[in-house]
Amino acid sequence: MLDRKDKNRSGPSFNRRNFLKGSGAAVAATALATSQELAAAQNNNISKITSAEPTTITLNVNGKDYDVTVEPRVTLLEVLRDDLNFTGCKEVDDRGADGADTVLVDGKATLAGSRLAIECVGKTINTVESLRNGDQVDPVVSGFVKHDAMQCGFCTPGFVMATRAFLNEHPKASLEEIRHGLGGNICRCGTYAGITACAMELAQKGGA
Amino acid sequence: MRPFEYARPDTEAEALEMLNDHGGNTAVLAGGTDLISLMKRELVTPDRVVDLKNVPSLSEIREEDGGVRIGSLVTLDEMQKHPLLNNYQSLRHVIDGIRAIQIQHMGTLGGDLCHLPNCWYFRSGYGLLAIERGVSLVEAGDNRYHAIFGNQGAAKFVSASRFAPGLVAWGARVEVIGPNPQQSESIPLEHFYITPKLSNQGVTVLKPGQLISHIWLPVARQQQSATYEVLQMEGLDWPLAAAASCVEIEGGVVQSAKIVMGHVAPTPIVATAAATILLGNALTVDAANLAADIAVSQATPLSNNGYKVQLARTAVKRSLLKAIGHPEGGI
Amino acid sequence: MAELSVAWGPREENKLIGTDVPRMEGVEKATGHAKYSADINTKGTAYCKLLTCKTGHARIAKLDVEEAKKVKGVLAVHVLQDVGDELFYDGQIIAAVAAERPDYAADGIRAIKLELEPLAHFVDEDDLKAAEALDAEHTEIVDDEKVVKEESAKLGHMVRVKPLADDKNGDVDAAVANAKAVHKGYYGIATISHMCLEPHGSHCEWTGDDSLLVHLSTQNVSGTAGQFAEPLGLDAANVEIVCNYIGGGFGSKFAAGEWGLACAELAKEIKRPVKLMLDRATELKSAGIRPSGFVEVTIAADEEGRITAWDSHHWGSSGLNGGTISPGVMPYVFTFENLNRRASGLVTNTGPQQAWRAPNHPQACAISQTAIADLADKLAMDSYDVFMKNLDQTPRADVYAEEMKIGAKLIDWKAKWHPSGADNGPVKQGLGMALHTWGGRSHAATCLLRVHPDGTVESIAGSQDIGTGTRTAIAIVVAETFGLPLSSVKVTIGSSKYPRSGPSGGSTTIGGVSGPNRRAAISALGKIFDLVAAKHNVDAGTLTAKDGKILSGGNEVCSWKQACGLIGAMPLEVMGEGPADDGLTSDGVGGVQMADVSVDTETGKVRINKFVAVQDCGLIVDLMTAKSQVYGAMIMGIAFALSEERIMDNKTGRYINTDLETYKLPRIGDIGELVVEMYQPDSEYARGVIGLGEPPVIAPGAAISNAVANALGVRVPVLPLTPQRVLEALKGGAA
Repeated sequence: MLDRKDKNRSGPSFNRRNFLKGSGAAVAATALATSQELAAAQNNNISKITSAEPTTITLNVNGKDYDVTVEPRVTLLEVLRDDLNFTGCKEVDDRGADGADTVLVDGKATLAGSRLAIECVGKTINTVESLRNGDQVDPVVSGFVKHDAMQCGFCTPGFVMATRAFLNEHPKASLEEIRHGLGGNICRCGTYAGITACAMELAQKGGA
Repeated sequence: MRPFEYARPDTEAEALEMLNDHGGNTAVLAGGTDLISLMKRELVTPDRVVDLKNVPSLSEIREEDGGVRIGSLVTLDEMQKHPLLNNYQSLRHVIDGIRAIQIQHMGTLGGDLCHLPNCWYFRSGYGLLAIERGVSLVEAGDNRYHAIFGNQGAAKFVSASRFAPGLVAWGARVEVIGPNPQQSESIPLEHFYITPKLSNQGVTVLKPGQLISHIWLPVARQQQSATYEVLQMEGLDWPLAAAASCVEIEGGVVQSAKIVMGHVAPTPIVATAAATILLGNALTVDAANLAADIAVSQATPLSNNGYKVQLARTAVKRSLLKAIGHPEGGI
Repeated sequence: MAELSVAWGPREENKLIGTDVPRMEGVEKATGHAKYSADINTKGTAYCKLLTCKTGHARIAKLDVEEAKKVKGVLAVHVLQDVGDELFYDGQIIAAVAAERPDYAADGIRAIKLELEPLAHFVDEDDLKAAEALDAEHTEIVDDEKVVKEESAKLGHMVRVKPLADDKNGDVDAAVANAKAVHKGYYGIATISHMCLEPHGSHCEWTGDDSLLVHLSTQNVSGTAGQFAEPLGLDAANVEIVCNYIGGGFGSKFAAGEWGLACAELAKEIKRPVKLMLDRATELKSAGIRPSGFVEVTIAADEEGRITAWDSHHWGSSGLNGGTISPGVMPYVFTFENLNRRASGLVTNTGPQQAWRAPNHPQACAISQTAIADLADKLAMDSYDVFMKNLDQTPRADVYAEEMKIGAKLIDWKAKWHPSGADNGPVKQGLGMALHTWGGRSHAATCLLRVHPDGTVESIAGSQDIGTGTRTAIAIVVAETFGLPLSSVKVTIGSSKYPRSGPSGGSTTIGGVSGPNRRAAISALGKIFDLVAAKHNVDAGTLTAKDGKILSGGNEVCSWKQACGLIGAMPLEVMGEGPADDGLTSDGVGGVQMADVSVDTETGKVRINKFVAVQDCGLIVDLMTAKSQVYGAMIMGIAFALSEERIMDNKTGRYINTDLETYKLPRIGDIGELVVEMYQPDSEYARGVIGLGEPPVIAPGAAISNAVANALGVRVPVLPLTPQRVLEALKGGAA
């Protein structure tokens, strides 16, 4: 949703610029886009072969650039959680079968534990933390709260991000489409009924 | 994961060069949904990972030679939306069955074709053949998800690719490039998979330093196609058995037919006799049932997977009916 | 002195109690700002990986960690097992490595030299005969006790079968002989793991040479400090346990665990904070399972459908200690006059059991109420009628009867029911039901209630919110009592330094926190009323608190804020205690569930069409989170009914499905239409608060299995009802 091409997209799906504007941060959003483009331009120049040793890379997370020094084998999930303290994305299993580590990379739903951090250089990463700005939250977040689509809450951020990504792409999704689109996430406490209700309500309103 | 170098080529030639260092102990990174987990469990331990995502030619879908050429890095959601693939319904059915937006966004066609087996012995570190002190763990242990065909040799896992049955049924070819940048060959996908006999063999004909650059689909004339996967769960799950059919019907009778079963053997299984029986006849429920019986008649189930014969049979029947738009039944 | 009764107020006057209140920390959780123990990253935190046993049973022949200590980034290695020690199951922890980054810790694990001498294992927990055969070969009786022969012991053989119970009541043989219908059946339910999404583990930080701060993923905030203190040689007063959020426990997170102590030891050694969370496979293998159960049963009834006799022998395994389902809950809910029950525990090389949501009940329900439905088939009766006719043999016949009528209406039972196996076509539909019961009394707990002179209110307790909405429930009770909006109450829980609270297990927390908070709030209100009465010269006995005001005979005397201004410069503090015998809380609930399923007989796949739960639980504090408990329990029940199981490989002795691809849990498309009906007549409100987390997770196994049997006309004997088991049952083979 921070993807540059997505910025120009009209329509009802979640648009971070509108979201920021709502909180009086339109200026920040503009500045942020510029710095992202700059960062992307710089980062695309990373060397074609990176040694196995720790290397400093720049990642753009939630509109801000961060330098981290990591080996190529380090996953995006590990960098987000351990280096940058964006602990909303969670580690659950090692096969990417749970969805708790879902973030958006260039607007695409991505399992952060199944992606190397270095793959994401020059890309725009959004974590669940970006869905709150002061008292303002994304409609998916308020929908999850309204429908009590959470219990222990450990799977919730991943589910919120998957729902956000899904509704961006299918703003008027049917019940069946929702059930299929969100099948990559696991909840152990059993909050699927609330999540379905939340997604259905948003889909009936055009995804936002 | 063990340490590795990370390479990010911009062209196919560069990718091949990068793949051929380190004595070929390199790995191709596409969507990452399989490779990263294999490396986490140290089942694959490359010295270098070559990330193909910045090679633009690998992400294209275009018409070519009357068919459609799909880059191996094309993602599932890109395939789902692309108008050139509208006539290849069996592929759409596969994408529909992968019920996770994350895998649809990340997963690539090439990655699916090269997905290593999900056999739990392999994934627990016992090797592809899972032989310990001369004993096949699959044979002696829990083989409920293992092969019911092609399992007389050492390999008893099932091929993991979800697209392979549908693509083979369509007569797809894969373009394999490398090891030298000049080398390129077009191989029928049907001949791409092999059943390893030795523990150092892979599951495809790919040699170190080679990769799939594109998948080529022949022109869709009047064929109708479908994939039917028996999935236990409605969400992200591997099929217990699957079948794809591609049939051409003219004048009410079957002119050509190809049926391919998946997740039942170390490779996709082409059910030639089953398809042949359909030729020249109307594709009725009875005909589909007959073809399904024939398709599984040579099955050799292991100690604990006899039920998969029934599943494969159902998948064949339902894929045929689904292809021609007949209600296939079931839930 | 104002004399205020602590009793819950009239139901119709409640503004918050019994309404739908979204949980207070919802936004924190949904935006990833809630910090779980797994998320604690204080400066300098080191990360751990574990070396675990990768076979069913072995002795350590060699263990050398010296190379591991030299690996780049490795900070320390902590060994939990030594050379010569026996490893009893796949997943048992041998050593932990702490390092600068997780990958370095993994490098360290790889550098450990470990050699194992294999020993005999047994993991085939459903195979009583195999276990008996092993005992026949490898054990002998010495002084009336079964012991392993010396030679066999050297090879690792153990006593595999333990007799657990053999009760006889009445005259089963005579009752069977006189019965109209007799059914003999075999039923079973596989072992499952707790599979907490946040694994067990902690973040340990020494705040001084002899003081330790532990962020522990725990259901037992107030009860775990001592578990760290004693083995570490610390004063319990110098250990603080913190758990603000926990990512699932389900009964498995009451203890510090050997991994918790290892984490503390490593942190001490490297003088840095250390985080040690179990990896997924170890979480499944070592951090808690629910025992399996398999039964051979004979059940008999008279021509009216009244059950007259029950005779069962069940077995299963809880791991090394050789337990199974407690015989005391067999047959489940019903007690028959003529009743024989035997139980045998199998000793398997598998990870230890932990309490799993309603310990024993879900399994007992699944392997006994299935037999009742099959008996109904034998009688050519609707199973609903047979359950109804036998309710007098349960402890709460009236409630069950009402709940069955409500459930039947919601699922349209009478219109949809057909004799088992009557559907034509490859997809068959069926109905099934089951009943359950649970206690849900309050645990012992304390809270500190603080009313500030500015009118704001705090409630503080060493409790925890395991996902049930504990914070919200506390705020509702206090806000309702004071006549305030929810937002004016701040709830602080999650530290062992706060007033002690019981562990959250057995559905004891809602009563545990409601009682003390109500008592403390009433006591504080009395004190505030006295101040108001004195200041405004009114009779304290006429005062009430409502809508942020203090009223006398319906007229405003002053605002809540003004009243609190009378407290003085310091806040008013009151301790609340519980439980007490004052009617605020109670125990004992029922509950009925009914499932409507379709079964694809060509694939063996089962689909939930509609699943209805009718659940009582006394006075409901928060209707929304209460219903969430029931929805969640139904989904957990669908999991163990249809797809979830531990798969032990007999060959390697290993637990081989330890990721979320092969450990199959339902996903959002697998649950069908769920209907939750809270049974809440005034009689339930009058009972006071009763816990709810456990009961609704009990009946799904039997209800769904009964529906599948009704669809097919064939019983699929063992849960979960996978396509394989369904097809094998249809073929008449063994499941």
